[in-house]
Amino acid sequence: MKKYSLNILLVIFAIGLLFAAHFRIIDSYIQIVAMTIGINIMMSTSLNLVNGNMGEFTCGHAAFMCIGAYISSILSVLCFGSKFGDPLLPAASVLIVFPIIVLIGGAVAAVSSLLVSVPSFKTRDDYLAIISIAVNYMIISAIENMDFIGGSRGFQGMKDTVWAMIDIFDGPWMLFWVINFTIFTVWVIRRFISSTYGKGVNAICQDEVAAEIMSVNTNKIKIINFMVAAGLAGCAGGLYAHIIGYVNPQSFNILKSTEALVMVYLGGMGSLSGAVISAIIFTGLLEVLRSQAIVDGLLSPVTMMFPDWEPSAGVIKWVMIPLLLVIVMQFRPEGIMGNRELSDVFPWLKKFYRFK
Amino acid sequence: MTQTQTQTDTTPVLEIRNLTQRFGGLTAVNDFNVRLMPGELIGLIGPNGAGKTTVFNLVSGFYQPTEGEILACGVPTAGLRPHKVTALGVARTFQNIRLWNDMNVLDNIRVAQHYWLGYGFFHSVVRTKRYKTREEEIAKEAAELLDVFDLKRYADELPKNLPYGTQRKLEIARALSTHPKLLLLDEPAAGLNSADAKELIRLIRWIHDNFDVTIWMIEHHMDVMMELATQIKVIDFGETIAEGNPDQIRNNQAVITAYLGDDNI
Repeated sequence: MKKYSLNILLVIFAIGLLFAAHFRIIDSYIQIVAMTIGINIMMSTSLNLVNGNMGEFTCGHAAFMCIGAYISSILSVLCFGSKFGDPLLPAASVLIVFPIIVLIGGAVAAVSSLLVSVPSFKTRDDYLAIISIAVNYMIISAIENMDFIGGSRGFQGMKDTVWAMIDIFDGPWMLFWVINFTIFTVWVIRRFISSTYGKGVNAICQDEVAAEIMSVNTNKIKIINFMVAAGLAGCAGGLYAHIIGYVNPQSFNILKSTEALVMVYLGGMGSLSGAVISAIIFTGLLEVLRSQAIVDGLLSPVTMMFPDWEPSAGVIKWVMIPLLLVIVMQFRPEGIMGNRELSDVFPWLKKFYRFK
Repeated sequence: MTQTQTQTDTTPVLEIRNLTQRFGGLTAVNDFNVRLMPGELIGLIGPNGAGKTTVFNLVSGFYQPTEGEILACGVPTAGLRPHKVTALGVARTFQNIRLWNDMNVLDNIRVAQHYWLGYGFFHSVVRTKRYKTREEEIAKEAAELLDVFDLKRYADELPKNLPYGTQRKLEIARALSTHPKLLLLDEPAAGLNSADAKELIRLIRWIHDNFDVTIWMIEHHMDVMMELATQIKVIDFGETIAEGNPDQIRNNQAVITAYLGDDNI
């Protein structure tokens, strides 16, 4: 019972959410928020693998999301859309092909992570951070200059795939895929990092020299770790593209990477549950602060002093969230969870579940 | 008798020929030669900055030698990365303890088996049968090693919370976890008081007797060195200035000069 309690809870939660979405108990806005939370969980847990577990500082994670988004969008349009001519595949196959398309996007993103992981053999810390920013810019600029996929105007047509799914059965398909991929991401990362093989990643973080001497093939582990992280970010990108139905290189710029960074540092470096929790909190906060009424309420003491100033929610949220980060770093520099997991913070939870 | 023995013995565990390492204009190690036969316990001493740790770094593959050749168990180590050298059977400890401080003691021992895991990313994620049997074997082996080192009660502790002497012991245990044929100990007694040093002498002798491992150590505690080593090499400014058994070294004029200086200053 204990062995499966978490799985059962997750399945019940997922089915409940899907039913609620299907029977319009929650409206499409809440659905979008739920999907964004899922994608942010994928982004923060995968970045946590590099920045937390391996202790390398990279801040170009959105680049891999971008590659995943574009590759899976192009494939999706090729297979089911009419933009590049007739669809290659019958619409009925969409339910099998769609996850494969997303995974291919992830695989290509994983390969592209070599751009960061190969330099990481020799450099680390600040220098690697600069390299990762450079890679982020490189990829965005490369896509902006590819006119056949829209260049800087962006790329669309992925909605055809989603509609093909809806034609088969009218349900919240994207929510379904996001839930599945989110669980898949956390599952892969958890299993990888808790095996002795994956603990080599932690060994590199804590003492690379000792790791090398104690027979850890550091270069290989670095490549694999970057590939896993980038691949999962690529999957997140593929899903994101299909949710929005439109991708633009500029939506994967350094600001998006910073969002992922903020989530990792908010949650606590090296803590998987921390990354999940902070992704939920962060996305929630973004949505709450989107409301003009709430922002007006929060800022009312200030606006009383300066009656001419009318803060707009869209701008103020980028003041509030970094401020939150400053406050967290000041008073709890290790993040919400530190490098501990949920079951380390609340040992009694261990009685109820086993997570592997 | 000795002649036939050396002939029947297998290849040397470590053979270094004409090893020279230069860092820019500085010659850290010059024309260094050594031959370690299985089962030996040899010492390497010299004043600070003599190049002792550089020799160890060269052997374990951190630096590529400027000149000369290193053979670990008969295999040339030129161009091999450190983990490959470890895989050949060369383990080492560090002058300043380098444990993985945020991983518990058991994991420290387990990760040192990384090269021999025999499974990769796929197996770790899918948790195949191979993964499960290998993890069990590794956990069992690690537990046994902790047991013989009397560290079992610390298995769940973080190394940084352990006493200094225990950390030293754990580092040696971790090195042995890689199944070495040659163990390089870089100042194992550094920072230990005399009681701990006595304990360490016992430990090293016990490891030497029980683990079928050749030991080569750097040490500044002369009582530790004189007690343990059968053969000592002395280097100064990268040059080998003396070698012999402890008594010969104790009375060697060149060694005394290197450590204490000349009479006529």
